[in-house]
Formats: sequence, C-alpha cells, structure tokens
Amino acid sequence: MKLPGQLYVGAALSVVFIAAALLSLGWVPYSVEGMNIAERMQGPSAAYWLGTDQFGRDMLSMLMVGARTSIAVAIVAVGIGMAVGVPLGLLAAANRGGLVDEIVMRGNDLVFAFPSLVIAILITAVFGPSALNAILAIGIFNIPVFARVTRGGALSLWTLDYVLAARVSGKGKIRISAEHILPNIANLLIVQGTIQFSLGILAEAGLSYVGLGAQPPTPSWGRMLAESQTLISLAPHIAIFPGLAIVLTVLGLNLMGDGLRDLLDPRLRRVA
Amino acid sequence: MLRFFLSRLLSLVLSLAVASLVIFTVIEVIPGDPAAFMLGLNAEPEAVAALRAELGLQGGYIDRYLGWIGGLLAGDFGTSYTYRVPVAELVAARLWVSLPLTLYALALSTLIAIPVGVVAAARRGGAADYGIMGATQLGIAVPNFWFAMLLVLVFAIKLAWFPSGGFPGWDQGLWPNLKALTLPAIALALPQASILARVMRSSLLETLGQDYIRTARAKGLSRQAAVLKHALRNALIPVMTILGLQFSFLLAGAIIIENVFFLPGLGRLIFQGITQRDLIVVESVVMLLVFAVILVTFLVDLAYAAVDPRLRRAR
Repeated sequence: MKLPGQLYVGAALSVVFIAAALLSLGWVPYSVEGMNIAERMQGPSAAYWLGTDQFGRDMLSMLMVGARTSIAVAIVAVGIGMAVGVPLGLLAAANRGGLVDEIVMRGNDLVFAFPSLVIAILITAVFGPSALNAILAIGIFNIPVFARVTRGGALSLWTLDYVLAARVSGKGKIRISAEHILPNIANLLIVQGTIQFSLGILAEAGLSYVGLGAQPPTPSWGRMLAESQTLISLAPHIAIFPGLAIVLTVLGLNLMGDGLRDLLDPRLRRVA
Repeated sequence: MLRFFLSRLLSLVLSLAVASLVIFTVIEVIPGDPAAFMLGLNAEPEAVAALRAELGLQGGYIDRYLGWIGGLLAGDFGTSYTYRVPVAELVAARLWVSLPLTLYALALSTLIAIPVGVVAAARRGGAADYGIMGATQLGIAVPNFWFAMLLVLVFAIKLAWFPSGGFPGWDQGLWPNLKALTLPAIALALPQASILARVMRSSLLETLGQDYIRTARAKGLSRQAAVLKHALRNALIPVMTILGLQFSFLLAGAIIIENVFFLPGLGRLIFQGITQRDLIVVESVVMLLVFAVILVTFLVDLAYAAVDPRLRRAR
C-alpha cells in the first residue's frame, strides 16, 4: 500500500543520515575522543543539542560518527551479498532445473537455516568480535537473499521473446545473462538492496549491542545503547537518542525502498 | 502424500547433516587446545593428554565428528570445559527459559497480527488501514532490544508493574515467571507482529480478489461472512510460512533480548561459552538452534500439504 509521499519522506530521512555520516568525516560539533566529566549526562541544551553521555561527550557528535560505522558495515554487507548472490542467481536461472540450479538453491536453504545472529556468533567464536566479522556475518546472510531475488527475476525473463532472439543469434548463456537479463532485473536488485541495507543497519546495531560488532573506541549506535542501559533511569536521553537514530534511519530506508518499488515497477502499484 | 513426506524427510536429514558438518568444521579451525586451556600454562603433558582423552578430543577429524554426532543422537552433548558438567544438563535448564519465551512471543505476535491484518484489509484505503500500515512500518524499524529498554523504563522503573529483569525459576509458580517473561516477550513480538500483520493484510486482499469470493458474495453472503468463512482460511497459507520463519527469528532474537533482561536462557549460555572459550557448549547450542529451525521449516511444509492438497505435488 502506498502511504502518501513515502518516497520523498524516506529519501529525505536517508539523505539526512548519509549526510550526517559524511559530514562527520570532516567536522563534528565536539570531539568524541576526549572525556569531559564536568559536563556528563546533561540533558539537551543550546550548547549540546542532544545532551551529553556518561563521559561528557556530545551525543550528536557520537551519533554522527556512529552513523559512519552503521553505513560502512551495511554497505559492505550488501556488497558481499550482491557480488556473490547475483552471479549465483543468474547461473541458477541460466541452468534452470539442472544440477547447478539445485545446488545453488539447496545451498541457499542451508544458509537460511542459520539465523544471521547464529552465523555471527559462530564467526565471532572463531575469529573474535570486530566490525569486520559483523560485516562478514551479515554479508553471508545477504548472499541467499540476492541469489533468490536474482533467480526469481531472471527465470521469468528467460522465457521472453527477446532472450529467445538473443539465443537464436548465437549468444551464450553467460553473455545473455550479462547483456539482457541483468539490466532488466536491476530494478529488483536496487529495491532489495535498499531493504537489505536497512536490515544490515538493524543487524549491526544488534550485534554491537551484544558486543559482537564494532569494538571500542569506534562509536556505534548499538554499543551506545548497550552502555546506556544501566543509566536509563538517571539519564533516559542517553538511551533514547541512539535508538531514535536507528528507527528513523531504518524507517527512511524502508519507505524509500517501498517507494522505489512502486516507481520502478508500475505493475505493483495496484497490488500490495 | 507419502512421497511428499519422504522427500521432505530426506531433505530434512540432508540439511541437518550438512549443517552439523559446517558447524563442526568451523569450531575445529579454532586454534588452541581446550584441554591445555583448562589446565593452565604449567600443566603436565600427561595430564593434558588424559584430559584430551576424557573430553573426546583424540583421534582424527572424521572420528571426532562421528563421535560428536553419535553423542548428539544419544542425547549426550559432551562435557562443558568450564562447568565440568554435561552440556545436555546446562542446555536443558536454559531451554526452560528460552523456549517458553519464544512461544510466548510467537503467541503474542500471532494474536496481535492476524486481527490487525484482517481489519486493515477489510477497511482497505480507510483511516484504520493507513493507521495500521503506518504503525507497522514503525514497528519494523524499531530494534527489539531498544524497544525492550523503553519497556523497562516505562513499565518496570516508572510504573513498577513488571520486574526489570531476572527470572525467578519455575519452582516459584507460574505467575512470577509469566510476569518476568512478559516484557521480553512483548519486545520480541512487536517487530514480528508488524511483519506478520502486513503479510496477513496483503494475503487477504489478494484472496478477496478471487472469483470464488465474488461467487460467495453473489449468492448473498455478507462481506463479513465472505471474509471470515471463505477468504481467511486461504489467506492464512502465506501467513503460516512467515510464522515458520518467525520462529527462527524469535529464537535468535531471544538471544539478544535475554541479555537485556538478564534471563538465564540459551542466549546467555552461548555468550558465556564464547567468552570462556567453552566451545563444546557453543557448538552444541548452535547445533540445537539450527536443528530447531530446520525442524520447524519441515513441520510448516507438512502443515501446508495438509491444508492445501495442491502443494503436495508442487515440489
């Protein structure tokens, strides 16, 4: 269903979040490295728009730098999922019904059987907790998602006349996949990419919250929430703002994903 | 039906075999010898060797894998390196927290999502529909552990209706435990209920567009009766798939939520296992979780075939 103006609202929220992360590369209101105990746990004020945390660091600056971690983890995880999943999906569709198709799809089922958090736990048990391992865990889980979307989209295209024409003209399966199938499922992949990006941000926050993601001193929204937990009754804003940042970002990306789907595929406008 | 059942059963066994191999291999690559780790730096080599034998760490890769699997099948999960008690005992105790929590959350999610989804579909395009769809968009975006913290802030700290954490134990009676699990279950259920309500809505809308619904209406059935008697049953099929998937999300989500509420469940056991490098615990609990997920998928497939005979031939 279309909520009014969801594409614009979603895009605006996403842009604010990405801009904040980019801005933090060059400038933040206050440094996030030093402590300032005299100013700790202050509520929002003119000087500190979102207040300060338990070490007197500016919450807004922390959130801006934390956005960077979230974006980096989520983007690379989507990249891994696409880089491996899309070729697998194309391959499966090109050999539909064959052995390769069967192996790819059963492999997908297997990865789906491991909840992403369990994959993350296994990886951390082996390599130790870090942002890189969080990326790996989320990325591995993205592979079957993209493989499935790619295969589904490609399967319907393989029956169309222009693909038949390409085959008649002597093009091989790989060339047809690259030249004719891939460009026509790009829409699907963009929409799925947006959704996986928002899921990646949620997953990163969850992993960092339980200590399996980004390690100190890298600021991360999930870890900010973990550290705020014991202070929640003293200074609720320390726990509320990082959570709001996650909600608004994920909401923005989801709205944008839905809006893009409607925009890119007019056939879907009538249904869901 | 028998053929369908057997083919699903075969795929269940294959998935479990591959999953167990993956888990075992991953844990095997970890450098370090648990026996040496347990006994410390100054241990005698003979003592380490004896402990290795006791823990079943001797022999080749295949021998140990078969030993582990054989043990699992017989209900012997090995001995915890740190607690020095059978892992099966640890797991059984923790399961009595994690499983009720997961089922409680699943029940809440279903009880909320199905009526909400039906109302949204029945009032399509109306104010209730927009309100519900907006709320579910928000519900999907909320991280469950943050929602859990907010619930604690409001209902445990400010209002003191529920405890903010901990678990009294089932010997303390049903009510205190139910109270302890209520906030965690709500926190787990909300995002899942949002997804489920959206699936319910779109599935019901699709069913309502079918010819047989028009026929039912044409023969004089009220819209409400058409929805409840004819459409709902068919619309529940996709909802069941999602429900099956949600079981695994809830089980995994419980791992995080248990940390918010200091609940002594499987999640806490896994994290303790990781920090204490008690890998046999990690290995067995992960295998158990994956087994649960694969089993539920299998049961959902069977339930499908029971509800909808058309699906028996599909795969």
